[in-house]
Amino acid sequence: MAERTKQSGRTTEPILWLLFSAGGVAAALFLPILIFIFGLAVPLGWVAPGSNHLQGVLANPLTLLVLFGLCVLSLFHWAQRFRYTLIDGLKLKGYQRLINMGCYTVAVIGSLTVAVVLWLAR
Amino acid sequence: MTTGPGDFTERAGDQAYHVRPYRPPVNLLWWLRRRTYLFFVLRELSCLAVAWAVLFLMLLVRAVSEGGDVYAHFVTWARMPWIVVLNVVAFAFLMLHAITWFNLTPAATVVRLRGQRVPPAVIAGSAYAGWVVVSALVAWIVLRQ
Repeated sequence: MAERTKQSGRTTEPILWLLFSAGGVAAALFLPILIFIFGLAVPLGWVAPGSNHLQGVLANPLTLLVLFGLCVLSLFHWAQRFRYTLIDGLKLKGYQRLINMGCYTVAVIGSLTVAVVLWLAR
Repeated sequence: MTTGPGDFTERAGDQAYHVRPYRPPVNLLWWLRRRTYLFFVLRELSCLAVAWAVLFLMLLVRAVSEGGDVYAHFVTWARMPWIVVLNVVAFAFLMLHAITWFNLTPAATVVRLRGQRVPPAVIAGSAYAGWVVVSALVAWIVLRQ
């Protein structure tokens, strides 16, 4: 991924860093409260939002749009951090290309899955 | 000759030399040596919590869209001790991510207003204020009856 394309001398790195930062902001703003509510407060019985109400929230196109942006950007944020965690943390610099390909393939497939799940949830 | 990452070719006159820079060996557990290294690695590992959160949210969305029974089944599943523990850990890592991210905002964003640089504390403060507003908004949308 880090390779320069031969003719233009451009790299995809700036775009990947942009997605990383945008994902970092989105994840920081939205994920703590969402996991707090649905991962802890609901299962532990502190709050109990009704299923019909939640369906109503999901029926709003704005909700779907925000969830789509949040999830896709978060996945690209994950890909950037995870590839560096593997490359630097586990000293796998020799496998850099493979790791980059793997991480961004997961991010792309994950994004397509998110799109399908949200499309079916309309 | 075998080549490794970081190797390069140096040219002097019409001669080309294969150069392999010396890299001192680093222990695989280098990040345990100092608390700052460990903190750095924990912060980087927060990305796993981000990925888990996306997966969890998608399972939630699917359950909600399929109706009351499936949603009730999802909540029962999420009540299983290991899922609750996973979410407690994920929440802690997400907080670590959010706090370190907002603390870095002033370093990444230089705002000038009428030629004056906006103080870093004001930028970080705005980021935290935005976080509170977004969290309150999400909670209100989800929990209002």
